[in-house]
Amino acid sequence: MKTSLRLAAAALALAGSSAATLAADLKVGFITSLSGPVSSLGLPYAKGIQAAAVYKPEVAGHKVQLIQLDDASDPSTAARNARKLIDEDKVDVIIGTAGSPGALAIAAVARETKTPLISIANANLPGDDGAWMVTLPQPAPLMIGAVVERMKRSGVKTVGYIGFSDAWGDLVYDSLTKAAEANGIKVLTNERYARADTSVTGQVLKIVAARPDAVITGTSGTPGALPYLALAERGYKGLIYGTHALINPDFVRVGGNAVDGLLAPTGPVIVAEQLPADNPVRKVALDFRAAYQKAHGAVPVDAFSAYSFDAWLLFADAAARALAAKAQPGTPQFRVALRDAIVSTKELVGTHGVYNFKPSDRYGSDERSRVIVKLDKGQWKLVP
Amino acid sequence: MSWDIALILGVDGLATGAVYLLAGLGLVLIFSVTRVVFVPFGDVAAFAALSLAALEGGQRPATIGLVLTLAALALLAEVVALARRGEWARLPRAFFWWGLLPALPCLAAWALAGRALPAIVQVLLAVVLVTPIVPLVARLALQPIADASTLVLLLVSLALHFLLSGLGLLFFGPEGTRTKPLADGSLTLPGGFPLSAQVMLMVGAAVVLSALFFLLFERTVAGKALRATAVNRVGARLVGIRPARTAAMAYAAASLLAGLIGVLVAPVTTMYYDSGFIIGLKAFVAAIIGGLVSYPLTAIGALAVGVFESFASFFSGALKDAIVFSLLIPVLLLRSFLAHHDEDDAEELDS
Repeated sequence: MKTSLRLAAAALALAGSSAATLAADLKVGFITSLSGPVSSLGLPYAKGIQAAAVYKPEVAGHKVQLIQLDDASDPSTAARNARKLIDEDKVDVIIGTAGSPGALAIAAVARETKTPLISIANANLPGDDGAWMVTLPQPAPLMIGAVVERMKRSGVKTVGYIGFSDAWGDLVYDSLTKAAEANGIKVLTNERYARADTSVTGQVLKIVAARPDAVITGTSGTPGALPYLALAERGYKGLIYGTHALINPDFVRVGGNAVDGLLAPTGPVIVAEQLPADNPVRKVALDFRAAYQKAHGAVPVDAFSAYSFDAWLLFADAAARALAAKAQPGTPQFRVALRDAIVSTKELVGTHGVYNFKPSDRYGSDERSRVIVKLDKGQWKLVP
Repeated sequence: MSWDIALILGVDGLATGAVYLLAGLGLVLIFSVTRVVFVPFGDVAAFAALSLAALEGGQRPATIGLVLTLAALALLAEVVALARRGEWARLPRAFFWWGLLPALPCLAAWALAGRALPAIVQVLLAVVLVTPIVPLVARLALQPIADASTLVLLLVSLALHFLLSGLGLLFFGPEGTRTKPLADGSLTLPGGFPLSAQVMLMVGAAVVLSALFFLLFERTVAGKALRATAVNRVGARLVGIRPARTAAMAYAAASLLAGLIGVLVAPVTTMYYDSGFIIGLKAFVAAIIGGLVSYPLTAIGALAVGVFESFASFFSGALKDAIVFSLLIPVLLLRSFLAHHDEDDAEELDS
């Protein structure tokens, strides 16, 4: 599936300066999962990037071409797509993809071909291997740390854990045990289930038997509602916490009453209109909503589309600086200049926080990229 | 582990086992009559669940479009086949069976969707809506190669699974849904142990349907025709049973079972467009325990798989599926040890 969006169409070129028609186009290769198991994240990512393309169709007089490919949730397809985008379409940057394994597969190609990659999945590749990649989503320890602080404030002493039996479940568990130890909270259980499981009764019974003050899950999307439903069914009355991967309207729909009162960390974009007026993220997040509304005729209701929007902002900001350094788009020199510009980004305000990237670290988010929200009768409410 | 935990796990296991039981019966039914391991069985169950969710949400289920498309293709295939043989007189019958009959539930769903309906009507609509799917799909993809080897049939049915789950993604989207419970409330057993009405409904449905199956096969001519075809296709043909017709009956009965499974599990688990596959796979383990021929053994196997899975999830959630599927190894070892190899098997190898 290939959608080539020629943005800033002929009308704009006629109306605009003659310089715009002479300058070479910038090319963005975008890979996402429009089908397969990760498509419930991949589809919003695609919508976010389309909104961003409407919001900022050109950079310093250069039109931006968006070339989108579907990786069908398969890492090897993602890598093949990346190679195709680089070899055939000669893109300047790649933005992708919905799942961490796919993003890591693209990172290997990006490094080999010296093409910058902006990862919209939570993927970390330390050292030289990831030198051509930056990751937009907040690192798990940052988010889980915020939740554990909140637990401590609520007087929680013991916590039960249940997560996916995959890398995400491990990552949340590791972050949780580290943060909990630092805050004097004991983690009582480490239960796992698979995304496709239809019942978690056994695991939940074990958690209930351990009698924790609170339960936190390391899951994502609608399959993440299952433990909360099972806990409610078993009459569990303690506090419930989650991660930012749960923030999605379908999770709320499936979870229903069982997830009411859930506390979770997320990016500020989810509660943009509830942010204080002096928060810099508020304006960008509201701009994002307007652009999304313009592109799709509906308001965004998830956290994922905002990541691809931020990826576009990051690219546009860095491309402007790379162009100022007199590099021509489509050349290896430009890709090097763009990569250098991306990893030296300073105080870039996005929808998910304020980004500062360093060449040595893949993540660029800080405390400003997290808020704690509470699910109150189906609505996410900012908890100050 | 205390007794009440074991009891909760046991009941949970029986409820899932009941679902595997129904799915296992469907798989054995199709396999014994047509020699097809019908992999997309679970997908049809998922379609029923998602159709029910759409009806509850006041929307027209996307299944309507799917069934009508399949019916149009099947009708075309049938008309072309009749035209080639010059059997014009049978055209009206073809139109009735392959065109009108599958279209009826679609029309009903089209007209009734979006209105405030009693829950039972919605459930019935969802079930009858998916009932034509398996016969139609089988008419298109499996009937033309009905005499091919078991392996070819298995491969085609695997391809059908990918096709149907892809269509499921296209029609229903990637998100999962849960429907309202069919039966509310719970019963408190002596000792203060609560038993939810939904679980009783699931187990009850499995018992009633198994009994109906038994009566169908033992007491009716149609059931006996199915059994005859299962035992010996050529022999059945010689005594005037049409394999194509019994196959269509088996497919329709299995499709109905899949629909019932879908509406039974939808309230207790979140169903996605691809959740059916894993249900089908576990039911397949049960069917293997029954040697893909024996209904009672399949039923026992299904309940065992359900209970085993439930306890496995308590002891090690992460390894649950590995534990359940490794059940296959001792079962297959035992079966191959007990089985005697007769001429039929040798023939199968040669062909």
